[in-house]
Amino acid sequence: MKETPLSNCERRFLLRAIEEKKRLDGRQTYDYRNIKISFGTDYGCCIVELGKTRVLGQVSCELVSPKLNRATEGILFFNLELSQMAAPAFEPGRQSDLLVKLNRLLERCLRNSKCIDTESLCVVAGEKVGNIPKILNLGISAVDFIAAIVALCHFRRPDVSVQGDEVTLYTLEERDPVPLSIHHMPICVSFAFFQQGTYLLVDPSEREERVMDGLLVIAMNKHREICTIQSSGGIMLLKDQVLRCSKIAGVKVVEITELIQKALENDQKVRKEGGKFGFAESMANQRITAFKMEKAPIDTSDVEEKAEEIISEAEPPSEVVSKPVLWTPGTAQIGEGIENSWGHLEDSEKEDEDEGGSDEATILDGMKMDTGVEVSNIGSQDAPIVLSDSEEEEMIILEPDKNPKKIRTQTISATQVKAPSKKPVKKRKKKRAAN
Amino acid sequence: MAVLQSRKAGDGEGGEGKVVACWDVGGRGRKGLAHVFSPTLPQIRGSRARALPDRALVNCQYSSATFSTGERKRRPHGDRKSCEMGLQLRQTFEAAILTQLHPRSQIDIYVQVLQADGGTYAACVNAATLAVLDAGIPMRDFVCACSAGFVDGTALADLSHVEEAAGGPQLALALLPASGQIALLEMDARLHEDHLEQVLEAAAWASRDVHTVLDRVVRQHVQEASVLLGD
Repeated sequence: MKETPLSNCERRFLLRAIEEKKRLDGRQTYDYRNIKISFGTDYGCCIVELGKTRVLGQVSCELVSPKLNRATEGILFFNLELSQMAAPAFEPGRQSDLLVKLNRLLERCLRNSKCIDTESLCVVAGEKVGNIPKILNLGISAVDFIAAIVALCHFRRPDVSVQGDEVTLYTLEERDPVPLSIHHMPICVSFAFFQQGTYLLVDPSEREERVMDGLLVIAMNKHREICTIQSSGGIMLLKDQVLRCSKIAGVKVVEITELIQKALENDQKVRKEGGKFGFAESMANQRITAFKMEKAPIDTSDVEEKAEEIISEAEPPSEVVSKPVLWTPGTAQIGEGIENSWGHLEDSEKEDEDEGGSDEATILDGMKMDTGVEVSNIGSQDAPIVLSDSEEEEMIILEPDKNPKKIRTQTISATQVKAPSKKPVKKRKKKRAAN
Repeated sequence: MAVLQSRKAGDGEGGEGKVVACWDVGGRGRKGLAHVFSPTLPQIRGSRARALPDRALVNCQYSSATFSTGERKRRPHGDRKSCEMGLQLRQTFEAAILTQLHPRSQIDIYVQVLQADGGTYAACVNAATLAVLDAGIPMRDFVCACSAGFVDGTALADLSHVEEAAGGPQLALALLPASGQIALLEMDARLHEDHLEQVLEAAAWASRDVHTVLDRVVRQHVQEASVLLGD
């Protein structure tokens, strides 16, 4: 399934919000989303959630022969998959650009930075060696690297001992599995640039990613060593922007590393104490997962009295006087379409004509929104009111003598459009979202 | 301190609508050949559906000859590394080419590495810049690329294969020299944050040198061509 394209008004809205330093989910420009890490029952399995993005990381290993030119090193194998559960746009079996990019980024980040000591994976030089495939299912963006690191830290490989020529692989029951030796933990921080690099956001969400100009991903570890930098998208950066981003990344990475350490320790503790662990435990029990509420009894005995009280105290509704708007002799307009009588809404009537219609919510019953109609002034009650509109089709005013042409109205429900008759009346319904 | 190798470049025309530029670096250095199929822009190869209504689509493909490295290695055509290179080249040129001037068309850039001795990305970008310029496609500026690294406390520019294989940090930078804007920045392996500025500076300086060479070559070529065409 193809991705639904982003509408122009949504794009403009997001960009305007970013210019005013506001984000849709209420974060500040340098804030990360909430990170939640949970571990599975097996060693080496974890799920990392960053806001609504979820990634599963899994580490496994087996004994294989090493590469011929690297006889003393283990083999690391990384694999990243975008599962169809993540988004309808991800299709199976197709190597999309995104997948290639992410795969390469993951590989470079973890392999070239040598965070795992591959030599420690070696069992017997030249003979057998540990092989670690990793499979990741992805939400979007750089959170998968957190998952990868966490999974690797969590993983325990089965213990192996060598006696002479014999290699014994102990199963989990016989001996406790051994953790991997990891030198450091590279964490990725992504920066999104907007408006040719004027605005910067840390950790863009999916919507923000769609309107961004470009993305810069910096992977660092807590010793402030940069493991990978990659810029993507058509963005032009300046050197000092890159340096600034690296400083921000330094700060963020420290926070995230602490979080990971804590999560790992917690899990370790729980396992040692024999408590329950695994994904089932990480889901909160008392959470509402369905929109169903228990019926609660309400006392309605005094409703009648209260209602009568309210009615008697209320003022009578104001008289509504209909003021017909006379266009030309024979053409008049009564009722809606003139200035909003709900009172002055801030900014809504002073908006640009372009924005006026685009920011209004869609309405029930399939009635199409009118663009914002600005009224210059009401004028005296009898004078014809001039409506200026921008994107609407031209309003054709029919003279009573000419043949009534078909009035092109907007797609309004059938009841509204009247067939051209002696007094053609063009009605335009303008509704605003409930304010 | 930065180390540069001598380089020479040449470009020429070949075939219908096809422009060939060759970027040759130093004796045992790297050679990249870039073909740009350009002026037949309104033609869309592949699916018409991918045409963008307001700008041109830039399509880059990278391939590495089997004889390019020390050992003869057969690289399958769709493998991840070439895909990634293609994507990076595309990103670089999408930023540099004025795609707004050619809506609903496609610009193809094919790059072939003939000899790889480190810094293949840089060679590809430089060759492709020449080719795109020669093809007459409007660009914001030259795109000059160079790699840089950090060994023993010194920033090095333009790494050779041996220096790359040593396992130190490597940075690939594509720069638009006039404005100093970075079109693509990519770094591998661990580098301490404090050294980042030094390395960036080295790469930028080297890219500017590349720019002077490219500029000279282009002017020379234009001069020759105008002489051949007559007064």
